[in-house]
Amino acid sequence: MCSLGVFPAPVTAAQTLFERNNELLSALHPGEHSQACDLPSPQFTRDTLKGHSRPESSSRSVFLDQRDTLWMRSAGAWRDAGLYGLLDEITNSAEEVPRFLAVGSACVLALLRWASSFHGSLFPHLTLSSDEMVAEFSQMLDWSDSALRSFAWHPHTDKFAVALLDDSIKIYKSNSSPTPTLKHRCQRSVCALQWKPLCGSALAVACQSCLLIWHVDPASLSTRPSSGCAQVLSHPGHSPITSIAWSPTGSLLVSASPVDTSMMVWDVAAESAVPLQRVGGGGVTYLSWSPDGSRLLAATPSALFRVWETRMWTCERWPCLKGSCQSACWSPDGGCLLLSMQGERVIYALTFSDLTGGPKAASVVADLSETTFPGPDGDLTVGGEVCSLSWDPRGERLAVLLKGDSQADNHPSVIAVFKTRSSPVFELLPCGFVMGEAGAEPRFMQFHPHFQHGALLTVCWSDGRISHVPFYFSSAGLLGGDSPQQALASNTTNPSSNKLYTEQIS
Amino acid sequence: MFSLKQNSWFIRKVVIWRAVASIAWSVLLLPVTTAVFVLLSRFSLFHPIQWISDCTSLLTASSTIFSLVVLCGVVLITGFFNLEFYTLVPSIPCSRMALLGTVLHPRQCVHSLVYCTMGMLVMWCASVTIGGRYSTLGTPCRQSESGEVVTCLNEYHLFLLLAGAFMGYSHSFLGVVQNMYYVSFQPIQQYKYPRFKGCLPMVVKCSVIQALYSARNFAALYFFFGYVPKTWISSTLNLQIDSSLQPLDSLTGLLDFSLLYHLSISGAFLYLTWYLTVLLFRIYVTEFLALQDLALLSQHSLSRRLEVFNLSQPGGHPHNWNAISGECLCLLSELTQRLVAHQDAVASNGRVKSQSASSDTRSASSSSSVVSGTEDIAETPRLSVPLRTPGSVFKSSVGGANRVLTAPFTPDVDSPFSSPAIRRLVGQQDPHSPWSGTVQSPHIMRRGPKLWSASTESQSNGSPPGSPATVPSPPAASQKPSFLAQWLQNRREQVKSFLAKRVLIMYLFNKLPEASSQALFADSQAHIWALQGLSHLVAASFSEDQFGVVQTTLPNILSCLVVLLEAVDRHFKLPHASSKPVRTLCSMGDSTYKTLRFALRAALKTAIYKITTTFGEHLNAVNISTEHRKRLQQFLEFKE
Repeated sequence: MCSLGVFPAPVTAAQTLFERNNELLSALHPGEHSQACDLPSPQFTRDTLKGHSRPESSSRSVFLDQRDTLWMRSAGAWRDAGLYGLLDEITNSAEEVPRFLAVGSACVLALLRWASSFHGSLFPHLTLSSDEMVAEFSQMLDWSDSALRSFAWHPHTDKFAVALLDDSIKIYKSNSSPTPTLKHRCQRSVCALQWKPLCGSALAVACQSCLLIWHVDPASLSTRPSSGCAQVLSHPGHSPITSIAWSPTGSLLVSASPVDTSMMVWDVAAESAVPLQRVGGGGVTYLSWSPDGSRLLAATPSALFRVWETRMWTCERWPCLKGSCQSACWSPDGGCLLLSMQGERVIYALTFSDLTGGPKAASVVADLSETTFPGPDGDLTVGGEVCSLSWDPRGERLAVLLKGDSQADNHPSVIAVFKTRSSPVFELLPCGFVMGEAGAEPRFMQFHPHFQHGALLTVCWSDGRISHVPFYFSSAGLLGGDSPQQALASNTTNPSSNKLYTEQIS
Repeated sequence: MFSLKQNSWFIRKVVIWRAVASIAWSVLLLPVTTAVFVLLSRFSLFHPIQWISDCTSLLTASSTIFSLVVLCGVVLITGFFNLEFYTLVPSIPCSRMALLGTVLHPRQCVHSLVYCTMGMLVMWCASVTIGGRYSTLGTPCRQSESGEVVTCLNEYHLFLLLAGAFMGYSHSFLGVVQNMYYVSFQPIQQYKYPRFKGCLPMVVKCSVIQALYSARNFAALYFFFGYVPKTWISSTLNLQIDSSLQPLDSLTGLLDFSLLYHLSISGAFLYLTWYLTVLLFRIYVTEFLALQDLALLSQHSLSRRLEVFNLSQPGGHPHNWNAISGECLCLLSELTQRLVAHQDAVASNGRVKSQSASSDTRSASSSSSVVSGTEDIAETPRLSVPLRTPGSVFKSSVGGANRVLTAPFTPDVDSPFSSPAIRRLVGQQDPHSPWSGTVQSPHIMRRGPKLWSASTESQSNGSPPGSPATVPSPPAASQKPSFLAQWLQNRREQVKSFLAKRVLIMYLFNKLPEASSQALFADSQAHIWALQGLSHLVAASFSEDQFGVVQTTLPNILSCLVVLLEAVDRHFKLPHASSKPVRTLCSMGDSTYKTLRFALRAALKTAIYKITTTFGEHLNAVNISTEHRKRLQQFLEFKE
């Protein structure tokens, strides 16, 4: 088992640039400069982005108070806040309505509140507001405070999408083509983004009230695609959506909401959904589809997660000891699942194989408890709960985003990178810490899906910057390299060798 | 015909047994729903103990057992109708006239009649179960002036019975309008029990909502016309009308909370019985079919794929692969031809070209198909295409009748006046008219034995050559033109302009927007599966195909896909083709067919991407034409 104690000490003074010769090099080293890649690394600051300061319904308080008729007010309350609002309105205007109505609505309201508080005591996350819930279950660390809300690489091209604080999405490409900005009326509090695999244009966006599928024509030069390019998918009771996952073949999209006990399997083109309901857990917070498409992890807000197999859509329950599952990632061949739990400072591994019929218990593969490194300007403490996990597509590097302690000034959030080895036994080896510029903490990270020379980690920083950290290495042997997917990947990255056909002169 | 035998084999051996199983489960569920209904109907808030004891004694009473037997009969008949009417290719009426024709078709009339009767039966059971004032049709009452006891009409009982008939008819009517018998496939596969459990809340919700709507409509109807059946029944059965009671066809009589409550829950019970039968039938009948199996197993099962890529011994021919790819390509190129024919028929401004032009198109398309050498195509693609939809992996042959009915209003016949029925009535004998196509249809039906997807030649078979005669002439509107035709035989243009000015005629015959697009892609579920299966197999062949059997057909497959993509792209440029249908909330009718064209386009692009990303640069070595290569290059660069 690997622990943070065996890691090389982090270099606090400068930004980590890349890995070469098994060593993470930072900007301190002379002669090394960012030779990495021509990928865009934009920066967004909170000042330039104006978020929505207050929700729409509370804007009423700005205007002068005007007495509408009871009917108008009731209708407005019904529209704004549903049954609760209606009952509240009737109870509050007791002098205008018959007495029995006011008393009756007060009783019903009390009964409803009691029932919902009982429900909330079973599932505490239900008492959160919608924004708090998104912040709680987002993979972005400190979501509500960050200028960047979400980030997603396109699975096949050098193109990524960034969701920003002002609820817009920008799409960057490697060449200097225009960067489209996507805005939509329904696009609020974006929690997750994912590009559709095997497609050039479709981007799924998990919003507060619905699911948006943008079709951004890659050949178009327009910088503001109209909202007609977006499909709106919604289902009553299925919001806010905190996680989405495309199947690796791009045919299905699964969405999850912490308040809905069923997750939706969407046929996006037909705009139809099949709900898959399991009551235990009280909702679904995080979804992750294995790269080979055979399994799907669904985490719940309670101490329970499920692994669905995607042929007949049955699931196995995995109760956890302590907290809920916070983040997870699959190995490239889909045989191994790494998980992190809330409140625990370890990484668990589950190994699936078709022969044995699935694992019986999870094993601890890494210990991430706090470790203190002495430095030139004071000690630096590293370690804590895991916010998100990311495994590079070749299965050689594992990045772990560790939450810091915001009260202590020498305990920042950091990204720890492990090397992974699958044979003879699955093992994590220390690689190093990825540090940002002074004062910047990592918020989110994702590996580039098809980097040629190793792995490329893209990190979103707390100062609104997006940077890319390449890891140069030669593949030592792929994790589960006998799978056809892997053979394919190695074939396509290396077109000069292994031609299937003889060249034909046409 | 071989394929016909095969098709009926599939229905006889598989579908029937699945239907029987679904009916058996519906019957087994009946006691449960009846118990819930009894509990709800006798509900009293203030006497819970009496309520429970009443219900338990009622559930074991002989009247309830008899009601259950009657309900079993109803479920059996419903199941029989499900089996008889279900279809995989929905009939999409392209004009209001066609819809009217469907509703007034004799078959549909029989259906409505049977459902009315079943509704009355269920409502009779319900009223007996509820008991009290609803239980019998006749009640003893005291004549007001003489004071003697006579039998009076119990209007509450009559009200419920008529409500049952009304709900039966509206169920049958909505079944046509919403394509209730269209069976669609879920995007994911599930076991039957979880699927049933997942669908159950939706079905209960639907039946309650539908019952509330029906109760409202029926109350309104009874308010206005209730006296007609009341006086008729009372005079026929010689029952007095009790004048001391409030008549129900008045405002005060209808505003009876208990009556409306009982009406609603009985209606919900009625709809639930039917919907559950439909749901179970759908669940049973849509599991594990050949093409779907191909699409799924090509993705999941390595051993099955290896079998496909293997060579047969002796001889070393890749028969498996040839059969599979040939079948899939055949399906896809048939769709391409259908699209091309439609595009040629519809000029860019949405009008139909002149007859000569379209006959030119015919010859052109037939010659092009000879070049592509796919298979013998119909001489008249316009009509024969909707008739020979191989999409239905299984298809009850009776479904063909519906099609023939809507055939005069096929999407391709665009203007109201080119509709062959009308043309026939006007007296123009058009040698190229689609009817001759129907007569020639036996030419179309030649095809080799199928690996799977029992073809639907049986449909065109099922509509015998004499089928034009069976088409009912649309009653109200068509009588007028036939009269005019005799009178104005040589002045066709005048007839046209005359008819065009009639608002009602235009209203009835104008094409519904989108309908032609929906009808073109009505059977596209099969194409989607073919695309998925084919692309998964081709992609897997990159690493698993030891003998290179896929290489030989790769150019064919790629060009077929690209040609189809071009046709689909052009189709989506037509007016109304890319407009999204309004989503219906909560109805038992499945509206999946309305979005099948979008699903097909997405599946097609995904299939091409699947192949191009797998093969990558190697595609440059495949022998395809330059335009197709350009298009594929777009896919390689992810610019589609």
